[in-house]
Amino acid sequence: MAKMNLLQAINSALDVAMAKNNKVCIFGEDVGHFGGVFRATSGLQEKYGRDRCFNTPLVEQGIAGFANGLAAQGGFPIAEIQFGDYIFPAFDQIVNETAKFRYRSGNEFNVGGLTIRTPYGGGIHGGHYHSQSPEAYFAHTPGLKIVVPRNPYQAKGLLLSSIFDPNPVLFMEPKRLYRAAVGDVPEEEYTLPLGKAEVVKEGTDVTVLGWGAQVEVIEKAVEMAEKDGVSAEIIDLRSILPWDVETVAKSVMKTGRLVISQEAPHTMAFGSEVAATIQDQCFLYLEAPIMRASGLDTPYPLAHEKEYFSDHLKTYEAIKRSLNY
Amino acid sequence: MANKAATTNNIVTQLEVIPGDAIKIPTFQLLKEDGTVNKGAKLPEIDKELALKMFSTMQFIRLLDERMFAAQRQGRISFYLSSLGEEAASIGSAAALKFEDMIMGQYREQGALAYRGFTVEQFMDQLFSNEKDLGKGRQMPVHYGCAALNFMTISSPLGTQIPQATGYAYGQKQDGKGECTLVYFGEGAASEGDFHAGLNMAAVSKVPVIFFCRNNRYAISTPSTEQFAGDGIAPRAAGYGMKAIRVDGNDIFAVYAATKEARRIAVEENEPVLIEAMSYRMAGHSTSDDPTGYRTKEEEEEWRGKEPMIRFRNWLIKKGWITEEEADAQMAEHKKAVLAELKKAEQVPAPHVDEIIEDVYDTPPEHLKKQLEALKEHIRKYPEAYPATSKGVK
Repeated sequence: MAKMNLLQAINSALDVAMAKNNKVCIFGEDVGHFGGVFRATSGLQEKYGRDRCFNTPLVEQGIAGFANGLAAQGGFPIAEIQFGDYIFPAFDQIVNETAKFRYRSGNEFNVGGLTIRTPYGGGIHGGHYHSQSPEAYFAHTPGLKIVVPRNPYQAKGLLLSSIFDPNPVLFMEPKRLYRAAVGDVPEEEYTLPLGKAEVVKEGTDVTVLGWGAQVEVIEKAVEMAEKDGVSAEIIDLRSILPWDVETVAKSVMKTGRLVISQEAPHTMAFGSEVAATIQDQCFLYLEAPIMRASGLDTPYPLAHEKEYFSDHLKTYEAIKRSLNY
Repeated sequence: MANKAATTNNIVTQLEVIPGDAIKIPTFQLLKEDGTVNKGAKLPEIDKELALKMFSTMQFIRLLDERMFAAQRQGRISFYLSSLGEEAASIGSAAALKFEDMIMGQYREQGALAYRGFTVEQFMDQLFSNEKDLGKGRQMPVHYGCAALNFMTISSPLGTQIPQATGYAYGQKQDGKGECTLVYFGEGAASEGDFHAGLNMAAVSKVPVIFFCRNNRYAISTPSTEQFAGDGIAPRAAGYGMKAIRVDGNDIFAVYAATKEARRIAVEENEPVLIEAMSYRMAGHSTSDDPTGYRTKEEEEEWRGKEPMIRFRNWLIKKGWITEEEADAQMAEHKKAVLAELKKAEQVPAPHVDEIIEDVYDTPPEHLKKQLEALKEHIRKYPEAYPATSKGVK
């Protein structure tokens, strides 16, 4: 065990993967000698050579297209898109190519070895274009897996699972926590399951669900609710696609209440899908409408970041609304 | 690490404006339109067996295109896309590769696939989307693909295969087996951002990939004069620091020789090469458009005189490698095979409904299994509304 922040845990996972399999390649903008703008790939070019960890030209659609080809050839490419906000030039390659590669060929070809890493989320004074949480766009695409870790331990285990999973994975890293989250992380290889949510804290009165950096926000909100005598169950969804309906439904059947806290703009954020499915599965168990604390339906503002954000206070209020319904 | 084309080394004090047509690339041609050899031209080393295989594939594709276009018009298949006039470009280039080299097509390269060994039956199973189709009936007709023949499955979005070819070739270079990737696309698709992405990345990372542009002068109805202002596609290579060849795409020997040399450069020098094959799409874009709405009869007539099969056939006959009668008999054999397989494929059932959730992921996740069960329950209730699959749902 070592104390690592989230970036060090990512770096450690990449290191383990590259040592394990020489078809693992890392590329993206500035990921080479410089080690990436956040330093997630620090030291990897020195250790594994320029052929396996290298800079690409500044072209996200090219990075994703190149990655698709390399994965189809039998490799384990790990492509970095420098910010989730800049993934959209690659949208066609990811949605029309990555996600459909196996299906459209009848399993003649696949890009299962592919992992796309990208930092997402706000809280770093990043304005419109360094703050977005675009997971819902991709969650509408069959064939992709989408994974979001909440802390260093989760990040390393989930990333290692993602790299060697036989399906393409979009791995979204909460950049607000890159250095802020520190925890014990094994130095050796370990994996955590994809498609499985985790009950972070058990409780009986209300289920509070989130993913990535939002889990920390939820923990703060629940602390406040506990002072009011509320017993809340916290679930980290971990995988957005496919997502663990069973764990969430089981919890809601127990508590009768669900609050979803999410960073993305309210309308059509992934919480909309969770709410729709849970009302379908748990209708007669629900004692209150499913509540959502989300970002505003505006572009992510700079000066009003705090006001925009679905923080612990807004989440706490959503918990109260659910309990007092 | 300064670039060899460092921009600050060569300073001039007189303002210089470089004209947009500074780079003009000639077209490499060996066989003239009548099948005689250009003066001073040296034909590539092609033996009789290889030449006849190329010719037979060409005849087969011409026949296949004609029959399947008709089959679409008869309502037997939903869609078809002919390669009429461009057979030399795809067959000549495919013949210059090693079997292990990967081919990534756009969608008009049935000639390359047939050359690799895709059978008449396999063509028909794909075109009829039946349960024997390697693609399991999931894509429109002509979206072929075959791992055993190193031919990547076609996808409709234009140009997406270009950066993929760069990535694929990067993996080949790492494996060090001396293999390369050839990727086809049209002059219209070269306007897509993926063209720039793929070529630039290939030039920078030095990978063994051949970018093969079929310049057939039309993107559906848009003529190349409305597609780009410069001298075609080949000069763009220089901007990427990449080698380029322009070849007469209707001259199968020139295409073969150009691709052979491009392959040598790609594999021996680890350098990408851009080939632009000049041709003409003699058919419509697909069964969904009618060329009379956007071009003249005179233009079509002019290109009919330059088409690739007559000159190859004339050359072969003159060489004494085939007779008129033998060539005609071969065409009749192809026709027999196509008609027989067409009739057979039509009778093969659609893929079982269970296939609908396979291959989205390596194994179907829970939510897909539930959706399939619900679908089957629904089909049991309304079997007559789903005739292709209801028999298989018990």
